[in-house]
Amino acid sequence: MSKIVSAAADFLYPFVMIFGFYIVLHGHLTPGGGFQGGAVIATGVALMFAAHRYRDIAPIFKKAIFNTCETVGLVLFIGLAFAGLFYGKSFMYNWLARIPGLFGEQVSYGVNPGSLDTGGIIPLLNIAVGLEVLGALSLVIYYLLTYVVQMGVNKHHGQ
Amino acid sequence: MRNLLITAILVVLSSTFVYVTTSGQLQFGKPAQTRMDDYFLRHGQEQTGANNIVTAVVFDFRGFDTLGEATVLFVVVLGVGMLFRKLMAEEEEEEQAA
Repeated sequence: MSKIVSAAADFLYPFVMIFGFYIVLHGHLTPGGGFQGGAVIATGVALMFAAHRYRDIAPIFKKAIFNTCETVGLVLFIGLAFAGLFYGKSFMYNWLARIPGLFGEQVSYGVNPGSLDTGGIIPLLNIAVGLEVLGALSLVIYYLLTYVVQMGVNKHHGQ
Repeated sequence: MRNLLITAILVVLSSTFVYVTTSGQLQFGKPAQTRMDDYFLRHGQEQTGANNIVTAVVFDFRGFDTLGEATVLFVVVLGVGMLFRKLMAEEEEEEQAA
């Protein structure tokens, strides 16, 4: 892409990322959540892939980072769900809610602006799903942009 | 004959659907059953501690469903990875050789 496009993408990239992580972290208070926030973050990654040359961007966005994000997200989700079996009553039990500590503040009932420190395991599950979605969507974009180009090159050279 | 039968079934089903939705039996904003919705709205905040009822349903009351969704996404990436497995193997060989 032209210099204007890549400079504008560099300028927009931090804002897209901050907005995405805001959606993930405030999933239990405002509209949105892990899936939506992860999709916004992956959009930022797609923007960088679209605006820059492959050889400039490949050393920064490595496949291993997205792979790790995806795996850690899914394992964290399943681990939190199974922890409910041991610390609470059942699979997926909200064992952190209403216990002082991590995200355990007592929520005030009725209509209120809300506090970030509420929700029990819901914010943690949001973060886990956000990690998984950002890894998964970025990996799909990475695979398609990298290997489809290579396939085209191989076809042209008759390999 | 078979096409005629399929068309007849489709016409009957779609006309029934249109009749039920437009005859005024089901009004917008007035669901037939509200026990479930009322339960989530009254007890969601107190039981999950989340202000956002949609998130409370998706991640707490119906958390198992979200686990399935996350798994679907994982399998999608697995499938796309399988599609390009030959090229990925070549790339890894090159990296090891270099």
